This record gives sequence, C-alpha cells and structure tokens, in this order.
Amino acid sequence: MNSFLNKSRPLVYCPGCTHEKITKGLDKAFVSLDLDADKTVIVTDIGCSGLFDTFFNVHALHGVHGRALTYASGLKLADPELNVIVTMGDGGLGIGGAHVLAACRRNLDLTLIILNNFNFGMTGGQYSATTPTDAIVGSEFLNQAEIPLDICAIADSAGASYIDRCSGFDADLPEKIVKAMKHKGFSIIETLGMCTGRYTKKNKLTPKVIDQIITDLPERSGIVEKNQRPEYGKRYRALTKERTVFPEAITIEKQIEIKDYQQQQVVILGSAGMRIVTSGDIVCYAGLCAGMNVSMKNDYNITVLRGQSVSEILISPEKIGYPGIESPSVVLALSDEGVQRRKKIFANLKPGAFVLKEKSVDIPQTQAEVIEIDFKQLKIKKQDWALASLGVMAKNKKAINKEMLDYALKSRFNEKVYQIAMETIEKIFQA
Amino acid sequence: MALSFMEGNEALARGAIAAGCNFFAGYPITPATTIFNNMLKMLPPINGICVQGEDEIASMGYCIGAAMAGKKTLTATSGPGISLYSEQISFAIGSEIPLVIADVQRLGPSTGSATRGADSDIQFLRWGSTSGVPVIVLVPKDALDCYVLAVHAFNYAEEFRCPVFIASNKEIGMTRESFDLDSITLPKIVERKIFTGDSYLPFEAKPDAAPPFLPIGGKTIVRQTSSTHGPDGYITIDPEVIAQNQERLRKKIHSARSRITLFEEDIKDNTDTLVISYGVTARSVEDACKKLENKGKPVSILTLKTLWPVPEELLLQKAKLFKRIVVIEMNLGQYVNEIKRILCDKRVEFYGQMNGVLITPAKIMEVIENE
Repeated sequence: MNSFLNKSRPLVYCPGCTHEKITKGLDKAFVSLDLDADKTVIVTDIGCSGLFDTFFNVHALHGVHGRALTYASGLKLADPELNVIVTMGDGGLGIGGAHVLAACRRNLDLTLIILNNFNFGMTGGQYSATTPTDAIVGSEFLNQAEIPLDICAIADSAGASYIDRCSGFDADLPEKIVKAMKHKGFSIIETLGMCTGRYTKKNKLTPKVIDQIITDLPERSGIVEKNQRPEYGKRYRALTKERTVFPEAITIEKQIEIKDYQQQQVVILGSAGMRIVTSGDIVCYAGLCAGMNVSMKNDYNITVLRGQSVSEILISPEKIGYPGIESPSVVLALSDEGVQRRKKIFANLKPGAFVLKEKSVDIPQTQAEVIEIDFKQLKIKKQDWALASLGVMAKNKKAINKEMLDYALKSRFNEKVYQIAMETIEKIFQA
Repeated sequence: MALSFMEGNEALARGAIAAGCNFFAGYPITPATTIFNNMLKMLPPINGICVQGEDEIASMGYCIGAAMAGKKTLTATSGPGISLYSEQISFAIGSEIPLVIADVQRLGPSTGSATRGADSDIQFLRWGSTSGVPVIVLVPKDALDCYVLAVHAFNYAEEFRCPVFIASNKEIGMTRESFDLDSITLPKIVERKIFTGDSYLPFEAKPDAAPPFLPIGGKTIVRQTSSTHGPDGYITIDPEVIAQNQERLRKKIHSARSRITLFEEDIKDNTDTLVISYGVTARSVEDACKKLENKGKPVSILTLKTLWPVPEELLLQKAKLFKRIVVIEMNLGQYVNEIKRILCDKRVEFYGQMNGVLITPAKIMEVIENE
C-alpha cells in the first residue's frame, strides 16, 4: 500500500499546523512498515490530536479525553496481534497523566505519539501541562504561576522502555515512528509542534525555536537501557500459563441426619487475629454437613490486624430469608471490643439462649444461660479461643454437636490442620 | 443433596464465567473486591484475561477496549468507583459497547461506609451518565440471584450492546450462604450479533435494535467513537441523523422492556396489600410476610429483579387488584418515586432506612400492620 490515508477525508488542520506533518509522517511510517490495515488501530482522545483516527484507513477508537491509553491497553490485551498507535495532545497528557505513568510501568506493546503544541488549541488556547511559564496563552496569568513538565523525564523515571523526542518538522519523523513501533514494549515519541490557530499568534515559535528547545532539553533517542525488560503481554501470558486449575465452588455433601433441628442463630464476638471468620466458616460447614441451609455475615473494621471481628451465622432447615440475627441462640463472647460492638443483644437474649464467656471478657446483664471458661488456664492460645469455643458448643450440644464439628473441620482443613484443630477440641471435651 | 457455600460476590463471578465472560478489569474497593479476587483465580485457567487498572477510570477503559476487540467483559466496583466510571459509562452507552458492571453498593454519599450496606445507587445508576439514554439495571436478592442475574446481564449486554449493571449490595456480596448450584437452570447464552453483510457501517441498525458487531482487529475496518456519530462512525451534525440515533438508543431498550422484566411474586388470594421491594430487603419482606400470614394477616409480595427499564406493565398488572401498595427500600426512597409514577391512582406507602444495617422483618411487619 502506498498510503493509508483516507482519500475521502481530507485533513482539516489549521494552515501551518504541525499536526498535518505528523499525520503524513505517521502514514509514511505505516507504509514503510507495510502494516496490515486490519491489524492496526489508531486510538485517540479529545482535541486536535483526536482527529487523527478519522484520516486513516485502519481501525479506529476515539474516546474520552485523556483515556486513549486505557482503551489501547484493553485492545492490545485482548488482541496481542494488533498494532496499536495512540495519539494524544498535551491536554490529554495532563488529564490522563495516571494512564501515561501506568503505561510506562507496564510496558505493554503500544506506541504513544504525544503532539505537544504547548496549549489547548480547540478550546481557546488555554495553558496545558507543557505551556512555558512565560508564554502568552488564553488563560490570562495562570500559566505564569506554574512550570511545564518534561514528559520524557517523567516517562524515564516511570519505567518507559523507549522514549524519543523530536520536532514535528523533522524530516526523519517517519523513521523515528517506525523505530518506536518496532520496539517490543511501550514506546513514547514526544513531538513538539506549532499551534498556528492559537499559540503562535502571540508566541514566537518557529521550527528553529523548536529545534533549540529540543537541544536545550536532555537528549532522548529511543531505547532506554535501564528500563529494558520483557513486554507486558508476553510476561502476563507466561505468568498465567502456570495458572491451570479452575477453582471449583466449595460444595458440602450432607453426611449426617439430624432430626428436629431448630433454626440456630450464632454470634461470635471477638477481635482481629482470633480467627473469628474461620470459626464462623466452620460453624457453617457443620450445618452444611447436616444438610442445613446456612448464612454468614461478618462485621469488621477497615483496619486489618486491629479492631473487633464479629461473625453472625444462621443455620436452618428452612431456606434462609433475612440474613441478620434477630434472636441469637448462641453467643460466644471472646473479646471486650467484640462484645462492645454488639452489647445491645445481651439484654434481649431469651432465657434458653447460650452464652459462652471467656473469663477475661466482661458482658452486660443477660437472662441467658452463661458459661464462663478460662481458656488461659486450659493453655489454649488466644488465636484458638474461637475454635475452642466451637468445642464448647459441641460439648453442650448448642447449635452443633461433635459429629458435625468433626465433619466440618475435616471438610474445611487439610489432614494436618484437622489433627491440630481436633487436639484443641479434645482438650475442651476432656476439661 | 450437596449445597454450595459462597458469598454473593463469588456467585456473581461464577455466573459471569458461566455466561462466557473472558475479560475482567477492576480496581480494589470494598465491598466489591472479592469479585476481582475470584475473577483473578477463575479467568487465567480458562485463557481469560484479568487485570487491575491504575484506577477505576482506566479499568473501565480496558473493558471498553477489550469489548471492542470482541471480549465479554466484566468490571466490579462500589459507589465511589461508579462515580469515577461515569464518563466511560456514558461512552459505552452512547457508542453501544457491551459490558457488565457489578456495583456492590455501600452506604453513601461519597466514600461513605466501606463495610456498610445500602441500596445507595439506584437512581445514580440510571441517571449517572450524560444524555439520559436508558440503561439496564438488575438487582439480586441473594447469592443465587447473583449467579443467575450475571448470566442475564451478559445476555442483555450482548443483545442490546450496552452496559448492564448488577446492583448488588454489601449485604449480599459479602454474605456467605448456601444454595444448590446444581439445581439452577441458567438462561440460554446470547452471543453478540455479528455482521455478515457486504459493506459494514458500524452503527447501521434497525430502528429499535443494536447494530450488528464486528471487532476491532477483524478483517473489516471498524470505527468506534465517543462523539456524536452517524451510521458510518464519523462525527455528524446532521440533526436528522442525530435524532434517529438518539431515538434508536432509547427504543432498543424501551421496546424490549417487558422482555427485560425479571421478578418474583407471591400473590395470595384475598389480600389487599402488595409489598414491593428489591435486593436484600426482599428477604426481610418475605420473612415478615410469612409471620404476618401466621398471624392471620396475609399480604402479597412483588420482588423486582429488574429496576431499569422500569417494569411498567408488570407493576400495573400486579398492582391492579390491590388497595394498598407498600414499598420498602434500603435507602430513603429512590425507587418508590418510579412506582408512584406508574401507580399514580394507588395509595403507595413507603418505608426506607439508611443507617448501615438491614431492615429487619420486625420493622417491616410494623410498617405493614400500622395502616
């Protein structure tokens, strides 16, 4: 093919706009690479750089301002065979900065052409992230209070494996684009150009001045040695190749027949680190082993290793509706902060309810049956109190029995952990 | 019989896999994170792709890109993430990009409460995009629903080429419960309609349908754009073309709304009250109504599983025989206004609660009994 430009869509840039040169340069690069049009996509966002996709006979995705790299990444991840070229102005660069950083870090095989013309052309020449402090732009004085960023320096520190910077007027721009596109990984070319519709009306910017700006900035000429590493897609596919086992759902067979089982509402009040959630899980498994329906709600703080941990479990021969606890039948009070979290339930406990209280824990007044246990004296470590409490429940035949608990632990743990857990349970039964 | 035991978020992920989902991009946020965790375990073994975006906006962008390459994509977040998704949701709606968005709602506004449930986003999901084009929002009441509705959501997304929301809730997503996975009959999987003609215009479609699809990267050149476009996918300012497209975007959902209507009902003879609810609240309603029946005061129940488009026909038809409508919501009244709009000649009472805890059956009994 001698041109990928769409003859029925002539370029519409302002006379003298550098975007025109870059559009033609990009076309020459496509021709020289002999690309398959159907395996090539131009991804753009908003602004004059967002017109690029309309001029080419290749796939196109034009999206929301600053987000072009996000669509490009999705396309490339989904179809690794695609040649993905992203064009973005200094506006998109500013608004989508996080995506530029992420693309540099990730090193997915995309080519980003930044069309830096130092201002927002389409909206009236306002200042952008690259506008010089002393420029006269459509933002009154605002740019005079900020400094422009050097995207190449940022990309370098963000891990970009290929960075080039050149003038949009460079005769060898097509070769530069070819080199960038051939790079296996994320490549950036920052092109500096003239916005004749806005910027150059009040600022002296010529091809010569642009050359001088580039000379004054640190040189960028392609491969960044220190950032070389495998391309992201390749790395991703290598890592996922080892993940071959699909995690099947946990399913528990009914193993025990229990007659006249009444719905049970179990509340475990503890703290982070006490394996409250695991114990709640085990109670559920115990119910499932007996063919019951179960549900479990956990309540904890956003903190991880501190704060209360509360597990609320329903075990029922009927289908469970409301998954909250209305009238607990069993309460395990294992820490003060856990009890504080649900202190209101104690006053309303029915006389038939069962409360296990660890010796060190204070609980509010209740008319329920309260059993106090000194786990410390039994030489049970704090992280096993919840598990040991399940032993107490089983021993007293509250909500679960020993057979249910045994099945639950067997289903929940591997043989080794099961044996250790059963040692704790036996301690309770022998106490 | 063997029961499966999982939280709603895992069930939703499994439903997505059953629907043929092969791409997920997301960003961690409580209470939706475990959907991401599950997809990260489930997708690689079946050659699917699962990635973490640098933020929510990016995650949606990845999904949009992948969907345009032909993938069936899922993302999951909560209220604060939906806020960030918003600009990309508008893009997906306006440019007919199929994808499924799970919103595991938490108590808002703003960052609100990460680990407290509420049906915070019911109107936001409908109106959180520019233009007002209709969207599809499904709402599960339990883990089983999460599984089944995920399949419906993908089916609708593929058929109508639009984002479909699953409005879950922390109280469903993070509640583990048992259900019989083997007893479920899933709907037949709907695949995207692929263009088979000669000259492809990416947005050429029947006046009440989505355009047939071709992927970016396929043999035929495809244009996708977030700008106002004609059938060819290029910007247009032709008022007629614009109007036709806007009308089609509305019609493709509206004309199918009775087909999109999913619900459960328990209509009892000789009852004069119909209790309408959705989401996890429906479970409290069911318990309350069971107790009321035992007290000799039976009422009827309608549980909505499709909130948007509003199931107008269903509401009119089901409410016809009732003197009194009671609407219960886990917010301070978002959907009740839709019901009042449709049932404008009925007495519609409302109870809502927005305090981070479930509405109890006892409270609902009190509301129903206090006529």
